[in-house]
Order: sequence, then structure tokens, then C-alpha cells
Amino acid sequence: MIRALLSLMVPCGSVLILSACQPDIPETIQQGMVYCAEGSPESFNPQRVTSGTTIDAISQQLYDRLLDIDPATGELLPALATQWRLSQDGKTYWFTLRPDVQFHHTAFFSPSRALNATDVTFTFNRILQIDHPYHAIGGTNYPYFQSVDWGSLVKAVIAENNTTVRFELARPDSSFLSNLATDFASILSAEYAQSLMQLGTPELLDLRPIGTGPFFFKEYKKDQFIRYYRHPEYWRGKTELTQLVFDLVPDNAKRMAKLLTHECDVVAYPRNAELKLITERPDVEVQSQTSMNVGFWAFNTKKPPFDNVLVRKALAYAINKDAILDAVYFGYADKAKTLLPPTSWAFYHDLAEQQYDPVKAKELLAQAGYPQGFRMDIWAMPVQRLYNPNALKMAELMQADLAKIGVRASVVSFEWNSFRRKLSEYEHDSVLIGWAADNADPDNFFRPLLSCSAAESGSNRANWCDPNFDNLINQALLTADIKQRRSFYLTAQLYIDEQMPLVSIAHSKRFQAKSIKVTGVTINPYGGISMAAARKSL
Amino acid sequence: MMLHYFLRRCFLIGFVFVALTILAFSLSYLFPGEVLTNISGLTDIKPEQRQSLIEYYALDQSLLQQYIAYLNRILDGEWGLSFSSQQPVLSEIVAVFPATIELASYALLLSFVLGIPLGLFAAVKADSFLGRLISGITLVAYSIPIFWWALLLIMLFSLTLAVLPTAGRISVLFDIPTTTGFMLPDIWLSDISYKSEATLDALRHLLLPAVVLATFPTTVMIRFTRDSMLAVLEQSYIKTARAKGLSRAQVLYHHGLRNALLPVIRQIGLQFSTLITLAMITEVIFSWPGIGQWLLDSIYQRNYPAIQGGLLVVSCLVIVVNMLTEILHTLFNPLARKA
Repeated sequence: MIRALLSLMVPCGSVLILSACQPDIPETIQQGMVYCAEGSPESFNPQRVTSGTTIDAISQQLYDRLLDIDPATGELLPALATQWRLSQDGKTYWFTLRPDVQFHHTAFFSPSRALNATDVTFTFNRILQIDHPYHAIGGTNYPYFQSVDWGSLVKAVIAENNTTVRFELARPDSSFLSNLATDFASILSAEYAQSLMQLGTPELLDLRPIGTGPFFFKEYKKDQFIRYYRHPEYWRGKTELTQLVFDLVPDNAKRMAKLLTHECDVVAYPRNAELKLITERPDVEVQSQTSMNVGFWAFNTKKPPFDNVLVRKALAYAINKDAILDAVYFGYADKAKTLLPPTSWAFYHDLAEQQYDPVKAKELLAQAGYPQGFRMDIWAMPVQRLYNPNALKMAELMQADLAKIGVRASVVSFEWNSFRRKLSEYEHDSVLIGWAADNADPDNFFRPLLSCSAAESGSNRANWCDPNFDNLINQALLTADIKQRRSFYLTAQLYIDEQMPLVSIAHSKRFQAKSIKVTGVTINPYGGISMAAARKSL
Repeated sequence: MMLHYFLRRCFLIGFVFVALTILAFSLSYLFPGEVLTNISGLTDIKPEQRQSLIEYYALDQSLLQQYIAYLNRILDGEWGLSFSSQQPVLSEIVAVFPATIELASYALLLSFVLGIPLGLFAAVKADSFLGRLISGITLVAYSIPIFWWALLLIMLFSLTLAVLPTAGRISVLFDIPTTTGFMLPDIWLSDISYKSEATLDALRHLLLPAVVLATFPTTVMIRFTRDSMLAVLEQSYIKTARAKGLSRAQVLYHHGLRNALLPVIRQIGLQFSTLITLAMITEVIFSWPGIGQWLLDSIYQRNYPAIQGGLLVVSCLVIVVNMLTEILHTLFNPLARKA
């Protein structure tokens, strides 16, 4: 009996195992790709989120924007808008829309018409008009647009005819077009919104998306996967992939394992510590891209002794950035000398690099009146972020560095939500945190991080409000001339270097690992991943 | 006689259910945070809603009335909302529970198919090399921590040999519509053209988790069958049967097996709660989207309504299975009925 059982089981088992080697699967599945993402999306509408995880999963796959950013040069390219022009006073923009752009046909919605100007006005009026029927559906949070203060900037969005949209601004703003090209400014379908309103389920607009992008939404299983199918009428031509699945695998080690077993074709954010291991595999390719981000150490400049610029400079001199780059980023980052990464057009190439010089640091401390040093806290964020993969380790390294100049630092950390709340209430001495930009415009680094309005809203981690600096970045926005803007931003960088409200530490590279069978997937330095050009060889 | 027995059992199960629901109900008070939030699962209660919600949940009345209202809601399938998704807890449980049942039943089946014959063999040939080998391996397998064992198997079959997947119930590229929530029936019920490939893929995903989860119950089964068979073989009625001229196989089957398996049936019930605990660990390791993973996530997220609902379902399942095996045991064993 046992022998009979065993003889039954052995062939079954070997069939199960061998079948892995000879896939006999239909074409729709062979042309499907699996992207293993690090987390679940919060929403399916890019207007409602800022998290990179969500943007990667939804923005470029489901939607299009009026303009796109060329990932190589950072220039603006036509997308849903074929052309645009600006009035003399710099306060009115006209956009001409591309004809025959089709929305997704899905099980839950069938569009009756192509994209027109009402879709654009619906998209932006939902954000801007407080009495818009959709404004308060699902909350009134439009975080990106609120952070760039669109409420006061954009006065009206008007459809002049079917193909022309006019934006009226309250003041000239040279970052306006860049903001329109971000992943957050994705164009929604007004017809879909209207039909949902009639059905009495307007909240589905953000949960069951309809867009014009290369893929349409099929199914989302919370914390498991998102399934997209190819949009057959995509205006750029249909994609090679027939199916795209975002497999949600928050665990780093599991994501790695799934790459090695070919359960994932592309894996987001491999851990820096494991990069070396996987680059040695012949079937895996690791891609990297210096992203628009910065990890920094911000001082609470309203709190003594950090209100003293000499103290801030002394602390900056005391930190050994090279050691941090080695130990925390494993060498996979560029050393930062200013807030802007070197790929930005406004980057100050000739700015002197901050040296590691404990002797000088001690001198400066003595000058500032602290020859014996002092006690301070370093707040280290409890989560892993691209710009700072391990803040606790970084804080410990800095603790040792600071001890050499007599500053006794303690490392402090809280749960992430209370950490951010306490930060915006400015309870900290200093904090290790960072910023990832949403578009190529330099303003996106300066204004949210160091302006006076950011200090009021609580996102200015240095609690630094300097009218001179605000003046510089405001003037930079009033002109569209790139050279003039650049000179303002260079001065601003020099000014930050003198005042040292924060010490920029590193611009981390973003990594992605993929099977060599997959081509056409690149990391976009300005925003979400796009799978439109991906293809898979068998 | 039997009817009386069933009635007694049903009464007992009702009593246990009441005790469980009292525990689950009191959790709303014992968990940190506001009772109204914990009980309804609504994270954002507007002031104008508050009064009607308090009335709805009977929070302005005595604890007994609150409990009765709670019981009514449980029976009506109104289990509150999950903090993290703001979806009804019951619908989330219904979505994840079949995956657990599926995994646990395949593992249990595997442990029967392997455990009982091996246990019998080890008892009949107790002194042979193979018999000792089985006992030895059983002891080792019994002592292995399941998470370590799972990782070993993943390292060997998935990472080194690259023949089996590491996670999930089926390749995510297979678009199988959910009808029953059980993967294999869902594949057969669907109208896809690639059923055999999908079945094969699902089986490949099932193999490692099922083997890992089956390890512990199989060892228990082997040990119990062996010990109980050994004890039975010592009995004088076996010797009598042999002396009457029955063949060895006849004696083993008619007199040995039936009597030896009785305590084994009882063991299944007793081991079931361990099995469910192990299923949770297995689910986490293999990213199996069952109730174990869901419940652990809920615990991490301090998702109190989900924890409450999950505990209720899991403990009810354990108790029902316990009761069923008890009844089976009694059906097969006239002695127990008298007790």
C-alpha cells in the first residue's frame, strides 16, 4: 500500500516540478509583465496623493498629462496638449488639445467621446473650486497642488472651445508649466465623473480610475496586486505588453527572492546592501538613476544654540560625509554640496564643497561661545526613504563625529506619524530627513523646504524664515528667462551655504532591478515609473 | 441516546459561542481609544453623526443591552468597518478565509495520506531499520521550527533549483475571477481557456506551503498512529484473532486499524488549533493571502474591529472542528457514548 502510494506520488511531484521548465501558457499571459512594488497605492487618482509608491503604480500607467518632461533633459514636451502659448504679461496660458485621444473602455464605463476641453477644466476645477460638486468627495486634500499654492495662483480654468483651454493666473509663475507636467496633474474624464454622479457613487472616481493612459484598470486586490490591461486605443500606439500587474510585496527580502525566481520581472527599490549580490547574476540587470532628491540634516534655527550661524557651521564642519556615504548609502549616492542635485539646471557647480574639519569646527564653537560643547538631540526618521535609507545609522555615525568636538548628541526617534507631527510643531533640535522633488524645477526644492510660508505650514524642518532668501526665490519665479532665474538660484544656494540652516548630505540614486528579458523600462528622475515602452522577450 | 448526546454538544457549543462573543464584545472596551470608534470602525466620526451612532450601537444603554445589540449585529453580518480600509470587516474576512481553509485542508489531507500509512508501517515493523528511520525522522520533523523549515525549502526549491515559486496562490498574471474564493474550484468554474495551465500553476504554488504546513500534523499523526497501533497490537483480542486463524492483514485491518485510529481522530481536533496557528506563520512566509496574514497585519496596524472579527471567526472555527471530531469519535466509538 505504501509502495503504491509512493509510486503514485513521485511522478505527480516530478510533473509539478518539471512543468516549470516548459511554459505552455497562452500569449496574453506570456506578454504580461509583473512589477513588484514596495507598497500599496492609497488612491487611484494622482491628484490625491504625494507618495512615490502610489505615483509609480498609477500615474504613468493610467493617465496622461497636458505636458510631459523629457527624462533626459528635463525639458517640457507636448503630451495631451500639442501646443501652448503664453500672454505678454505672463498671466494667461492657452493650451491646444490633441485630437482623438480615447479614454479607457472598461467593464464599469464606456466613454462616448474622445478627450476634449471639458475634461481638462473638470480635472483642475475639481481642485480649485471649493463649490465644485467633486471638490469635497473623498476629502478636500489635494496635497501637491496645495503645497505649490495653486489655490491663490490659478484664478480660472476655462474651456474656450472643444480643443482650447485657457488658464488665468493671478501672477506670472515660471514653475507653472513644470507643475502641469508633474504626475499629479493627470487628466481625468469629465464624462465618467458625470455618470458616477448620476449613479450616486461619485467616490468611485478615485477608486476605479478611467484615464487616457497606456493601460486600463482591471482589478485591485488590496495588499495583493493591481491588474492592468493594455489600452487598445492608446493615442501613442498600443503597448507591447498585453497585461501589467503590480505585485505588492512590502518585504525587501521577499521582493529580492521573487526577482531571483522570476516571479517578478521588475523589482522596485532593491536594498542597497544587496545590490552587489544581484549584479553578479547573469539573468538580472540593475538600473540606477540619480534622482531629484536630497537627504539633509536640518537645525531648528529658532532654538538656541542653533540660532547662532557659527554653531550651525561648526556642526557642518564636524560631520564626515564620506563615511556616511559609505556606511549608509553603500556608495550608491552622490555627495551633496547644496540642496539641488547636480542634474538640475540651476545647480551651482563652482560652489566650494563643505570640508570635514573637526579642528575648524572646534574653533568655530569656541568663537560662538561654546568651547566645551553642549548637549543636543538628533531626530532620526524611523522609516526607510530613498533619500535616507537608514537615518538611525546615520545619526549614530554623526553622534561619534560630534563627540570629537565635544558635542554630546542623543539619537531620538518616534513612530513615523507622531514623528512628523512633532517635527511640524518644531519640538526638535535637529533632524535627519530629506526631500524628493516632483518636477524638474529648482523652485520645488527651495520653496517647500526653506521658505517662510513653509516654516508657517510646518514643512520647513529648519524653521528658518529669512526675508532675503524668500525674496530671491520669489524673484526667480517672476521671470521666464532661464539665465536670469539661474542667477537668482545660484545666489540662493550661496546664501544657504553661508547661513547653513541645514546640511545637505547626499543625493541618493534610485535603483531598480529587472530580468534581462525585459527592455524599455527606465527610471524617470522626475516622477513615476512608466511601463508604456516595456517589452518582454520570451 | 445519540440524540441526547448531540443536544448536549449543541448546548455546549452555544455556551462557548456566548463566552466568545462576550470576550470579543469586551475588547471594544479593553482596546485603547474610544469605544464608539472601536465598535463601529469609523475613523472619522463627525459630531452630527455621533448621537445617532451612539443610539445605533446602544452605547447609551446598559452593558447587557449593548451586548445584546452587539450579538444582533454579529448575527446580521454587520461586523463594523476595518480601520485601515474602511470596508466591512465581514466582507474582508469572507475574502481571505477560503484561502486559509484551502491551505489547511490540503495540509491536513496530506498529513492523513502520509501520516497514517507511515505510522502503521512504523508500528508493524517497529524493530526494522525502516521503522526506526521513520520514528527518527518524525522526531526531527516534530522539533523543527516551521519558519526555519519553510525557509530551507524556499532556499532549496525556489532560489537554488528555481523550480517552485516562493509566494502567492497562483501567478499574478493568471486572471482568475473569484467565485468561491477557493483557488482550484475557481479555476474550474471560470471560463478561461488555459484551465490546465492555471491548475498546474496553482498546484505549484500550493506545494511548498502545504508541505510546510503538513509537516507538524504529519509527525503527530505518525507518532500517534504508531503508538496507538503498538498498544492495540499488545491487546489480547489481537492475539485471539491471530489464534483463530485470521491472516495478518485481516487482523491489522479489521481489529487493529479501527481501534488504533480512534484516538487519532480525537487528536485531529486537539491539534487543529495548533494547525491554525502554524497556518498563520505559513501564510506570512509564503505571502498566502489568508486570514492569518490578514489578522497579523491587523494586529500591526492596531486595527481593532478587524482583530475582534478575526479572533471570533478563527476561534469559532477551532471550536466547531473540535466538536465535529469529537462527534466523529463518538460515532465510531460506542464506549465514549456511554461516558
